[in-house]
Amino acid sequence: MAEIEFEDVTKRYPDGFEAVKHMNLDVPDGELMILVGPSGCGKSTALRMVAGLEDISSGELKIGGNVVNDRAPKDRDIAMVFQNYALYPHMTVRENMGFALKLAKTPQQEIDQKVNEAAKILDLEQHLERKPANLSGGQRQRVAMGRAIVRNPSVFLMDEPLSNLDAKLRVQMRTEIARIQQRLGTTTIYVTHDQTEALTLGDRITVMRAGELQQVGPPGELYSHPNNLFVAGFIGSPSMNFLPGEIEGDTVKLPIGHVRIPDELRHRLQSGPGGGRRGIIAGLRPEHFDDAALVADRSRGVTFEAKIDVLESMGSEFYAYFVVEAEQVSSRELEELAADAGGADLPTAEGGTQITARLGADSEIKQGAEAELWFDSTHLQLFDPDTGRSLLAPRTNGAPTSTPVPTGSQPQSSS
Amino acid sequence: MSQHRKQVSGWTAAIIIIVVFSLVPVAWIVFLSLKTPATATDGSFIPHQWTLSNYSDIFNAGIFTSALRNSIGIGLISTFLAVVIASAAAYAIARLDFPGKTIILAVTLGVALFPQISLVGPLYNLWRQIGLYDTWPGLIIPYMTFALPLSIFVLSSFFREIPWELEQAAQVDGATPFQAFVKVIAPLAMPGIVTTFIIVFIICWNDFVFAISLTSTTAAETVPAAISSFPGVSQFSVPYGDIAAAAVVVTIPVMILVLVFQRRIVAGLTAGAVKG
Repeated sequence: MAEIEFEDVTKRYPDGFEAVKHMNLDVPDGELMILVGPSGCGKSTALRMVAGLEDISSGELKIGGNVVNDRAPKDRDIAMVFQNYALYPHMTVRENMGFALKLAKTPQQEIDQKVNEAAKILDLEQHLERKPANLSGGQRQRVAMGRAIVRNPSVFLMDEPLSNLDAKLRVQMRTEIARIQQRLGTTTIYVTHDQTEALTLGDRITVMRAGELQQVGPPGELYSHPNNLFVAGFIGSPSMNFLPGEIEGDTVKLPIGHVRIPDELRHRLQSGPGGGRRGIIAGLRPEHFDDAALVADRSRGVTFEAKIDVLESMGSEFYAYFVVEAEQVSSRELEELAADAGGADLPTAEGGTQITARLGADSEIKQGAEAELWFDSTHLQLFDPDTGRSLLAPRTNGAPTSTPVPTGSQPQSSS
Repeated sequence: MSQHRKQVSGWTAAIIIIVVFSLVPVAWIVFLSLKTPATATDGSFIPHQWTLSNYSDIFNAGIFTSALRNSIGIGLISTFLAVVIASAAAYAIARLDFPGKTIILAVTLGVALFPQISLVGPLYNLWRQIGLYDTWPGLIIPYMTFALPLSIFVLSSFFREIPWELEQAAQVDGATPFQAFVKVIAPLAMPGIVTTFIIVFIICWNDFVFAISLTSTTAAETVPAAISSFPGVSQFSVPYGDIAAAAVVVTIPVMILVLVFQRRIVAGLTAGAVKG
């Protein structure tokens, strides 16, 4: 059991590229910490530095209070699960799982006992004498987990362990990993690019971008109070919608309606840098929309009309896509996210911004028809268009101190 | 259907041609070794008079048995050393990124292309001066040296195919780099190591240039050199029967080697290591 501390850790490659920049992070004993971010954000590099597979250029890395910068992987008391499992193909499952113990010259009897125990936890008992080539993807993944568990290390490192499984198995193994980690209480760093995995699995999540930490916090906090546009756009699926807006007096003017800003927030906006700023970027989560007909009390939000272009039924809910007449917000952070998701090449909605809204399953809205929608403006996020930082952060005690209240809905038609 | 049949018959014809083409010389030398000295040059493919005397001759002469012993010993030692050294070098080339890597590879290739005959003269003089002439090490050193470039080339391509994660997994599991190599990488590269071993052994086994120049007695003379010095019945007669018998005998160890290790040269030994 050990705490992992990154103190100003930097990874600089010989060509000058900095994969991880001055990283400061504290993973307390027993925590399951998720490192999440788009590809190339430095999350895997950070993990590999903890494993000792990658040198640390500057800064200090501590495991259990000891600086481990110059220790070989084998002297760090860690176990790692690789993305492609990295099972030894010439060994049986039993030999694979017992390899580390054998290297440590553990008595054979003890090795057998520990391997059998781990096999039981992972439901691998009947496969112990088989070779990895004869196992299914899920079984190989469990063997890789078993190899880590058997050693009872002080730290687990997992590098996208589920990304090679098919969707259904991934969900199963996700639960499995959470269960095992809870049962063993081993400090774990888990790297993934899948924000769903991050939200469901982690005690805390660290969002990284271009080698820098963006925000560290429990899943709920990252979801409800993202620090900046990047975190806001990355966390949540379908991802947050962004609209340009303007602050005028005590209201936020959005293409879908006007929202009143509470006094407290207005003071903060005015006293902040560039006080009395006009332009903002507003963030609206799909799940905070609904079919206006299904909302009993519309006073907490704005009601507006839109022509639904596409309606997708998920059974338990609908996803409605429509276009709002507004300039597409531009921000480096959002472009990066779009590029990572492969969406950079998709044609954008002409002369407007595409919005995704989640509607209740009872909605009777039809595709291609005008519909009355409602947005719960208490969940509105506001960002500075220049810096990308959230205007609602920082918060004193994590609780939202501002709840924008609508000033009478002013529906605006959208194409 | 007829298209399919045409294809099959085409393949059959091609295979028969290739088999005949490669086996006729073998059959010819086998038959030659079974002819009596008098009928050896009668031009017939199948002997009129069958005899095993050629075989008993070469084994009774003494020169051949000692040559066989020398060939096996020198061949195995040279090959073993070459493969061990080449494994280490190939592993470094496949795994490490160091300055001058391409130059080293180019130089090894250059060594492989170097005409061996040009080195025979200097080596002969040098070996005589330092006492390596007509000894086992006198052949082992050049054999090993000339086998290294090819071995490094073949092995480094095999090592490159082994997922690097396996080695890292071994390191995280507590292995030193040497343990990781011996317990994980080498077993996985075994098909490559065996292939290299066989290629290098055959090169050493069949070498004539060094063997004839750097040896003179049964102390180190290998089979190809010994065959060339088989005495005829008279000064002007060539002992065709004995030479053919010796040639048949020397192919047997190589055939055994290939047949034994063929089972190890199976593709896909690394299957199941990584996602599949």
